[in-house]
Amino acid sequence: MRRIISVLMENEPGALSRVVGLFSQRGYNIESLTVAPTEDETLSRLTLVTIGDDHKIEQVTKNLNKLIDVVKLVDLTEGSHIERELLLVKVRATGAQRDEVKRSVDIFRGQIVDVTSNMYTLQVAGTGEKLDAFLQALGEHTIMEVVRSGVSGIARGEKVLSV
Amino acid sequence: MELLSGGDMLVRALQDEGVDLIFGYPGGSALHIYDAIFRQKGIKHVLVRHEQGATHAADGYARATGKVGVVLVTSGPGATNAITGIATAYMDSIPMVVISGQVPSDKIGEDAFQETDMVGCSRPIVKHSFLVKSAEEIPEMVKKAFYIASTGRPGPVVIDVPKDVTSPADRFPYQYPEKLRMRSYTPAGKGHSGQIRKAIALLLSAKRPVIYAGGGVVQGDGAELLTEIARRLNYPVTNTLMGLGAFPGSDKRFLGMLGMHGTFEANTAMHHADVILAVGARFDDRVTNTPSKFCPGAKFIHIDVDPASISKTIVADIPIVGTVQSVLGDMLEMLKSSEDQPDQSAIVDWWRQIDDWRERHGIYTAPRYRTDGALIMPQEVIRAVYDITEGDAFVTSDVGQHQMFAAQYYLFDKPRRWINSGGLGTMGFGLPAALGVKIAHPEKEVVCVTGEGSIQMCIQELSTATQYHLPVKILCLNNQALGMVKQWQEMQYEGRLSNSVYEESLPDFVKLAEAYGHVGVKIESREELHDKLHEAFAIRDRTVFIDVYVDPSEHVYPMQVMPNGSMRDMWLSKTERT
Repeated sequence: MRRIISVLMENEPGALSRVVGLFSQRGYNIESLTVAPTEDETLSRLTLVTIGDDHKIEQVTKNLNKLIDVVKLVDLTEGSHIERELLLVKVRATGAQRDEVKRSVDIFRGQIVDVTSNMYTLQVAGTGEKLDAFLQALGEHTIMEVVRSGVSGIARGEKVLSV
Repeated sequence: MELLSGGDMLVRALQDEGVDLIFGYPGGSALHIYDAIFRQKGIKHVLVRHEQGATHAADGYARATGKVGVVLVTSGPGATNAITGIATAYMDSIPMVVISGQVPSDKIGEDAFQETDMVGCSRPIVKHSFLVKSAEEIPEMVKKAFYIASTGRPGPVVIDVPKDVTSPADRFPYQYPEKLRMRSYTPAGKGHSGQIRKAIALLLSAKRPVIYAGGGVVQGDGAELLTEIARRLNYPVTNTLMGLGAFPGSDKRFLGMLGMHGTFEANTAMHHADVILAVGARFDDRVTNTPSKFCPGAKFIHIDVDPASISKTIVADIPIVGTVQSVLGDMLEMLKSSEDQPDQSAIVDWWRQIDDWRERHGIYTAPRYRTDGALIMPQEVIRAVYDITEGDAFVTSDVGQHQMFAAQYYLFDKPRRWINSGGLGTMGFGLPAALGVKIAHPEKEVVCVTGEGSIQMCIQELSTATQYHLPVKILCLNNQALGMVKQWQEMQYEGRLSNSVYEESLPDFVKLAEAYGHVGVKIESREELHDKLHEAFAIRDRTVFIDVYVDPSEHVYPMQVMPNGSMRDMWLSKTERT
């Protein structure tokens, strides 16, 4: 099963390498990983997507919790949550293609964030599935470069991950 | 406030932490720290001959005392040489603080002379690590390092100290913190009382119970409580390799060790058990054999201080997270006040069954090795040493056949007496560990059981024994081959002895011991075994190297059948299988 685990950890050098190291050391998968400091500058928030059965995920969270730098974590997929990923994509856009691309961007509620005479740079945010669908809609031949941020997530409702 | 340099601060912080002993080896990046050590009196420093020896000695000291072992090494090769010993301590959950010198901060990352990324190298084998960025951080980092190393599931902590941080040129106000607050680290304390109550109910309903106790009971100082509980219930106890001494070896309820070279009765009882109380044990692969075939009819109660150990390989029916001492203490209180009693008639039947297994193949009911040949059997050497030392020695060991013979045939009545590298299986551990134990207990007999293979992996520490006058006994079960490797090659590779023999290249260990200023004793025939052992053990003020030539063809049995075997599938001899 795909899980999104959000981790609050000390904003210390080496903390990230400990988390990443744990995954390679114990043979767990990381599908994606995002990390940035939080509004409390002593803390970083790391969101990772991993795949495994319940037993594996239990071991992942237990071992993450064991890391001294990890303050708190939550498996967002256990409850209702919002997940977002940011996609930036450069597409070839000339002639009639320009309108067609613009329509697709509108349908997926994205934006054109940079323009040259031959290319558009597009931005779309959403779930991984939505981004996959958008890329499919664009068609392979127009895509020049793709960058995805990896998943970020937050629980719905009044549940809060904080210290 | 007092002003101190970073180097002085580090040493003072160690003193304030109660450290009186460091094992180490100096070098460029650590020289400011070594100068600070020279200018103080509170801490004794033991100069080893190789950094691996320092970590094993500190490890042995920690296992024998329960205190944190402290190591000081320099950067680069000093740090990497310490890695094996750090990994050894990590696998066996031993509290240790390793201070490594590092190149100056402004040189880090430039591939400077003797630079190595110690925090990176050690990351997978430490409980935690610190890189000091400024001298002011030192007192709190030291305090945190000792706290982390010694609480929860203990383990090694590295403090990497760049040379500039310890410079005598800069001084800073020094104050050792009295308290620590760490929001990200809360070691487990008491177990959940509801879970403990459920565990008691299951335990009392058992018809074929086994208590399976591991190294956590030794390290967590739970041996007395465990013993009282087992005796009160009259339930059989088996110990893991790491747990030997957690329950008295000479108690009639002791089944012996379990696992790959466990006794027939311990492994068979586990296989047929209906309730297993696992305490401070982690269902290691050398214990469970094939997990899917492990103890098919059993329900498991698992007590451990580390939640990640619970249900890792074998799913616990009643998990209890907490310190062994607190949980066993609560269990004992509940048992005392409980109206329910164990099912006496079922327990009597269970004991009858176990005694039958003991009679059939137990290693304590009759010798299961040859007693009439000309060659010395390794098992009888261990038995003889057990008798001579009245079962009260501290025994360290290396890794291989000798380790298993010692574990099987030296019965430990007390915890912290059996000191071996169980998890990592580090050859070379025994001698330096013995030196650490001897420093902790100078009046006690300390025996390093080793083989001619393992001893050569850290033999340089014979020189440390000379310098600090550490009269330990080195008992070398010399079978002129890497015995355990050879045993596997004979059993699984049709006897192709690939690189497990030395072809007449072994040194004369007697002369070698003498060259270091020690006493060497060679024992080659059965007739002289007992007399010569008695003579050797009568020497109390010298290090004695006892080189015993044992039957090179002997194997360690029982040995579980693998792969795909269950607990009860064992080879009992070269020709007999369960």
